[in-house]
Amino acid sequence: MASARGSATDLAISVRDVVKEFPTGDGGVIRVLDGVTFDIRRGETLVIMGGSGCGKSTLLNCLIGEYSVNGGHILFFTKNMREPADIALMDEDGLNELRKRYGILFQSGALFGSMTLAENVALPLIEHSYVDASIIDIVVTLKLQQVKMLAHRNKMPSQLSGGQKKRAGLARATALDPEILFYDEPSAGLDPVTSAAIDELMMDLSRKLRVTSVVVTHEMDSAFRIADRMVMLDKGRVLKIGDRCEFERIRDADPGTLDGRDERLMHQFLRGASEGPITDADGMTEFEKLIIAGE
Amino acid sequence: MSDPSSESAAGRSHIAYRAISGVGSITRDQASRLVSILSFVGGVTYLFYDALVWAFRGVFQSRIRFGWPALVHQMVRVGVRSISIVFLVQIFIGMILALQMAPTLQSYGQLERVADVVGIAVVRELGPLLTGIVLSGFAGASIAAEIGAMVEAEEIKALRAHALNPVRFLVTPRVLATAGMIVVLTVMADYIGVFGGFLTSVFILDVPPSLYVNLTLDALKMTDFVTGLVKACVFGAVIALIACYEGLNVSGGAEGVGRATTATVVKSIVALIGIDAMFTAVFYALGI
Repeated sequence: MASARGSATDLAISVRDVVKEFPTGDGGVIRVLDGVTFDIRRGETLVIMGGSGCGKSTLLNCLIGEYSVNGGHILFFTKNMREPADIALMDEDGLNELRKRYGILFQSGALFGSMTLAENVALPLIEHSYVDASIIDIVVTLKLQQVKMLAHRNKMPSQLSGGQKKRAGLARATALDPEILFYDEPSAGLDPVTSAAIDELMMDLSRKLRVTSVVVTHEMDSAFRIADRMVMLDKGRVLKIGDRCEFERIRDADPGTLDGRDERLMHQFLRGASEGPITDADGMTEFEKLIIAGE
Repeated sequence: MSDPSSESAAGRSHIAYRAISGVGSITRDQASRLVSILSFVGGVTYLFYDALVWAFRGVFQSRIRFGWPALVHQMVRVGVRSISIVFLVQIFIGMILALQMAPTLQSYGQLERVADVVGIAVVRELGPLLTGIVLSGFAGASIAAEIGAMVEAEEIKALRAHALNPVRFLVTPRVLATAGMIVVLTVMADYIGVFGGFLTSVFILDVPPSLYVNLTLDALKMTDFVTGLVKACVFGAVIALIACYEGLNVSGGAEGVGRATTATVVKSIVALIGIDAMFTAVFYALGI
């Protein structure tokens, strides 16, 4: 099942023909992911992007096991496991074992509001590591130091700014030294300076911890800063997967030189232009129209 | 000119069509309501089973921590903070009951028997039921709002992402705390309700205090207390389960949290009265 582009040992995750459907109110179904296929290499930072309703958040939820898929496979090539783990075939216990090997930074930080920062970071360690409280305290200190939040360790999440919450969320996500880090819109709702600081932190963690990073975002400045490779989704399909420089070429190209609708669509998205194939209502799926209408 | 007989036939078929489609629409609406009720009952029942399994695993499996601090925190939140409101409601209920029953009992020359009526009504029925209703508004709504806000803030998703089961972390301590603390609150409510009746009887109805106390003690049996407390325990578990279920199923932002809170209070009160009716029927049939 390994990619033709590399051996299984080079891979962190292999997504194969993933289909995800949701029921609609009238008894029908809406297909949000339609045969999505791509690989994520070990140690790289892969950015998944696309317009509203393209299926990128659904894809992230499938990758982290929050949604079950209706078809296809998501294979995790974790260390010390002989066979890849297929998330589509796992029961809850198996999924929980896998979840201990990856960390997630949610859009809002998703810190537990009833706990201090230190308690938030300590929780996965207390529940899964079975080490002494003094060791946990040392690890919590290190993790908070790593994201420059040590001074706030006894604060409650409600006392923090948006950027601080994301830093603290990142400390919690790395508590169990994960092999893979997922980021859900890490720059959303942040000012440009804080956003750049979060990007810098993500790159720093990738380098130091040597983790594979999967980032879902539609913030183009951030995406081009952090990505090794990029995946562009459109209408639940992979439009293009490639190195960052390939996407930079499309972004910076003269519109007259672009080849076909797909390249024009990517060009519009990457430049944030108001006119082009994306905003052409005839080309929208029902799901995209619902998302644009805010329903 | 059109044929009048064909026009009237068309009119009749139109009326028949509207009648049939009206019946069909009502049937569909009722069927969908029935499905949503069954799905709610099934969901709450499954949540109860899941919460119970995690409670047993917490107690009997060393690998899984029980979460005593969370349980104690919830007991304080549900129980201790409700004491004043339960106290207030029950003392007034005891006083009202005594005043309402006084004219009827006086007409039979049995005014002092107000002690029996207040004692049995409060201990068997009004103590547990009103404590349950107070808790459904006080603790149930707060649990639903808290868990609903956690869903909206992605905290539940974060728990699952860290391989931590939300039922174990959130539902089990709340169900155990509410079921446990409502029993304690009901014991207090029983005493306070009877005390309310005592105050009215002694200071307004001129019943001698010692007579009131003796009649109350004679009228009440241990089974009256126990049946009331059994009911209260079930009420507590039901309130917490409904609140957790509604909270976990929140969608639609702040509006959704508001809807869940309202639904919790309404559904809890309906469920408590329904369960109370069933308990009463069973106890009556068993002669308890």
